[in-house]
Amino acid sequence: MRNKKEKWLAFLLVSPSILAVAVFVYGFIGWTTRVSFTAWKGMIPDYTFVKLQNYIDLFTNNLRFQIDIRNTLIFTVIFVFGTLLLGLITALLLDQGLKGEGLFRNLFIFPMAISYIVTGVVWRWLMNPAQGSRLSGLNLLFHTLHLDFLNSLYTATPEWGMAFIAIPAIWQLSGYTMAMYLAGLRAIPDELREAARVDGATEFEIFRYIVFPLLRPVTLSAMIILGHMSLKTFDLVIAVAGKQLPLDMPSINMWQTTFDAHLYGSGAAISILLLISTAVLIIPYLFFSLRKEGQQ
Amino acid sequence: MPKKLYVVFAVVLVVAMTLAACAKTPVATQAPAATEAAATQAPAATEAPAATQAPAAKQQLEVFSWWTGGGEAAGLEAMIAIWNKQNPDIEFVNAAVAGGAGSNAKAVLATRLAAGDPPDSFQGHAGQEMIGTYVAAGQLEPLDDLYKANGWYDVFPATLIPLISKDGHPYSVPVNIHRANVLWYNPKVLAKYNVTAPTDFASWLTALAALKTAGMEAPLALGENWTEVQLWETVLIADAGADMYTKLWNGEADWNDAKVLKSIEDYNKLMEYVNSDYATLSWQDASKLVADGDAAFNVMGDWADGYFSGKVDGGNLGLTPETDYAWMPVPGTQGVYDFLSDSFNLPVGAKNRDAAIKWLTLCGSKEGQDAFNPVKGSIPARNDADKSLYGVYLQSAMADWSKDTVVGSLWHGVVANDTWKNQIATDFGAFILDKDAAKFQASMVASCAQFGPCKK
Amino acid sequence: MNRSRARYWSYIPLVFLAIFYLIPVYVMVMTGFKGGNEISIKEMWNLPHSFDFSNYKLAFEKLAPNLWNSLNVVLPAAVLSSILGSLNGYVLAKWKFKGADIIFPLILFGMFIPYQSILIPLVQVMDKLGLYGGLPGLVLVHIIYGIPITTLTFRNYYASIPNELVEAAKIDGAGMLGIYWDILLPISIPSFVVVLIWQFTQAWNDFLFSVVLTSPKNWTVTVALNNISGGQIVPWNLQMAAAVLAALPTLLVYIFLGRYFLRGMMAGSLKG
Repeated sequence: MRNKKEKWLAFLLVSPSILAVAVFVYGFIGWTTRVSFTAWKGMIPDYTFVKLQNYIDLFTNNLRFQIDIRNTLIFTVIFVFGTLLLGLITALLLDQGLKGEGLFRNLFIFPMAISYIVTGVVWRWLMNPAQGSRLSGLNLLFHTLHLDFLNSLYTATPEWGMAFIAIPAIWQLSGYTMAMYLAGLRAIPDELREAARVDGATEFEIFRYIVFPLLRPVTLSAMIILGHMSLKTFDLVIAVAGKQLPLDMPSINMWQTTFDAHLYGSGAAISILLLISTAVLIIPYLFFSLRKEGQQ
Repeated sequence: MPKKLYVVFAVVLVVAMTLAACAKTPVATQAPAATEAAATQAPAATEAPAATQAPAAKQQLEVFSWWTGGGEAAGLEAMIAIWNKQNPDIEFVNAAVAGGAGSNAKAVLATRLAAGDPPDSFQGHAGQEMIGTYVAAGQLEPLDDLYKANGWYDVFPATLIPLISKDGHPYSVPVNIHRANVLWYNPKVLAKYNVTAPTDFASWLTALAALKTAGMEAPLALGENWTEVQLWETVLIADAGADMYTKLWNGEADWNDAKVLKSIEDYNKLMEYVNSDYATLSWQDASKLVADGDAAFNVMGDWADGYFSGKVDGGNLGLTPETDYAWMPVPGTQGVYDFLSDSFNLPVGAKNRDAAIKWLTLCGSKEGQDAFNPVKGSIPARNDADKSLYGVYLQSAMADWSKDTVVGSLWHGVVANDTWKNQIATDFGAFILDKDAAKFQASMVASCAQFGPCKK
Repeated sequence: MNRSRARYWSYIPLVFLAIFYLIPVYVMVMTGFKGGNEISIKEMWNLPHSFDFSNYKLAFEKLAPNLWNSLNVVLPAAVLSSILGSLNGYVLAKWKFKGADIIFPLILFGMFIPYQSILIPLVQVMDKLGLYGGLPGLVLVHIIYGIPITTLTFRNYYASIPNELVEAAKIDGAGMLGIYWDILLPISIPSFVVVLIWQFTQAWNDFLFSVVLTSPKNWTVTVALNNISGGQIVPWNLQMAAAVLAALPTLLVYIFLGRYFLRGMMAGSLKG
């Protein structure tokens, strides 16, 4: 009896959130989906139903959208793995009780605090690809340090320019993964490692067979957070690359199609495709983690 | 230890909640209009005693623009100062949003219009950007009466009026004029390499070749995507001529014409002389190459003059015109003024329509234009401005404006509507990748038929 | 012994990494001191001719009027969305009603919505609610779009707390809210810190919602920061100085709450 009442109270507590999410997430997704099936073009809403035409146009003979998909893949893979790797390395280095740990920690996390609009431009300068007498930015630094083999064309690299856009993004967010990993490492009981050491395991073996598997939940949730960020990346790419076709992203395409070209139907179709690809990414994770919980 | 933490947290929480409460009470409990009235009543009372004792909210004028930084913000402030003198009882609300030549601003505007909440007047590039987008949607009022009453038909150049009109009705008031087809060059570099300033397109190519042979890596400075489109637009004017250029955009000439192809091929020739990092440079970076002597030439709109000669602490270069940098029309476009203009309009459903009309009157007036333009670094649209207020470059531009043939800029929204322009930008991006002139010409034919005035 | 000396070698990569993280910051801070004619890609490494603070002063003057708006948005938004997330997490972890396991992923999915694509319906809904243009509306939007990530954090944390704790309290006659208040809330302070920091950063750096949803008087610092650049000429010295200043509040939060941040993450990290 009392239990039932409390269950209702529980539901009541969550219901404002459910209601808000229902309207502000699902309501708006519904709106966008509807628009994506219409011919809406220009400033006046036009809900003429055009079936899948906007989607068909994106997938047939649309160079820009093909570039978008390719760039998203390149960017996501490099950004997610780069951020995880750098975060893990910095966390491992810091997890030894060194003096000055707090200083390093704050330093590594600081980039997260700065506006993308500006850091993007700084990275654009740093990654200037000019050669010869106008050598500048990182290339100039490498040259001065006699590290000329590091000289690069960065974002102007044919085909692979997008990979370099991930560098500023990694710089910005690796502090966050560092904090997550560091917390994970601290939560591993010391006895576990000591026991392995007594058994004669090398430091690498301890990492490989004990620490790393225990960090899996951290890695997984970091991957989800980073993954959705990379799909939504917008201001950073514009700040680093301007709006150039070889370095286009679906989110930029969607913005320009909607607000610069006023093709609302087509822009909505890009949004929905973005959402679907996110769903493909997230649903296996949710399935996996909820099932694991059920087993416990 | 945890207890201490708990206390710290509780304090933070309480402070935050108090702040939240402070933030919310005045706003949440009153209607927005009332809050704004409360905020503005005090100055109103002191400025104009007796008359404005009425409890009604002070009248407002909300003007939306993307004039937020540097000279343009200062120019707008100068106009607001005049406004406040002329209309002490109407508060000027400056809703300026910066960003990528108005890209953020346009999104904000789109959401406001969609919500049925237009500003009283908003900025847009004169021409198709306004006509093809907002006029086509019936969101702007025609301004014929205002033009007649203020005699603007007589003081704006006759070639300008049709470019900002639809079906014979003007829809916006141009405040300033910029020129897109300007070739900026470094006279010291030319002197050093013993090269004379070009007189036509062919001699420009010769000069570029001479500089390259003499050891300059990249005699022509170029910047990111839109500066590339803008460069091509000036080459198209050079190759097609002003008359055909205008006809191409209004559907009377054929994009399949050989002259169009020639302009694309000529563009490719220019690309042999540009800096390799062009795609990553902003237009300012590219202009700086000329200022530093790393390049000899750069094609850029004449806001570059403000960057070259403006004050150093405002982020500009502080150079001396005609000594450190010089200019001429893009070779082959002499006698043609490839213009763009920031203009204001009258949205249908403006909440303060009378105030908006007063604002537009100020925008078109000699006083308003002469207050704004010298500070912004542009010339007035009127041909009766006070030349003594303007710098060396601007005086020369004013002379040209009054005698040249006026054509409209592609990139800056005059001749192509937004949808078409966006498609051209995408096609141009593809052309930059493959350099296929014929393919780009074909895409121009196709996009004109799909989004422009060409017959399918 | 050997191992503990070996760890000092770690300073070498750490210093290199620190340089990597600091290079862009160096460029930003130095550019903030420069005059326009000193700013070029070629001279980005050079020190400014003089260290005068006029750019920083001017930048501060431009941001200052909007500082109060930002604080008024960010603090309530971070606090309220944390509280909501905590309650949601508590219910979804410990008081599962029918369908709770479906509700949770549905809420979570809200995190993935690309905000740029829903601006028009968002403005229309806020307008209908009478919240368009003011700060309360912006606070509400930050709270709502913060719900998914705050709920996720708290739910995962509470799920890691043994059920026995809750069951025992129930037997002692504690009610649902009592258990939350007396047992779970006190031990979830670290999670609150994590969520507060995250929400603070997100809301403080938000530009899109602020520029679209609020009227000029209510714009936040990020809009003022963005507005330093003009339509054509961007004064990079001012812009960079302003960006450094705008990042300071978040930096202070990191420095003062950093250690709790880590502790909070530790609390929930391995139980994902």
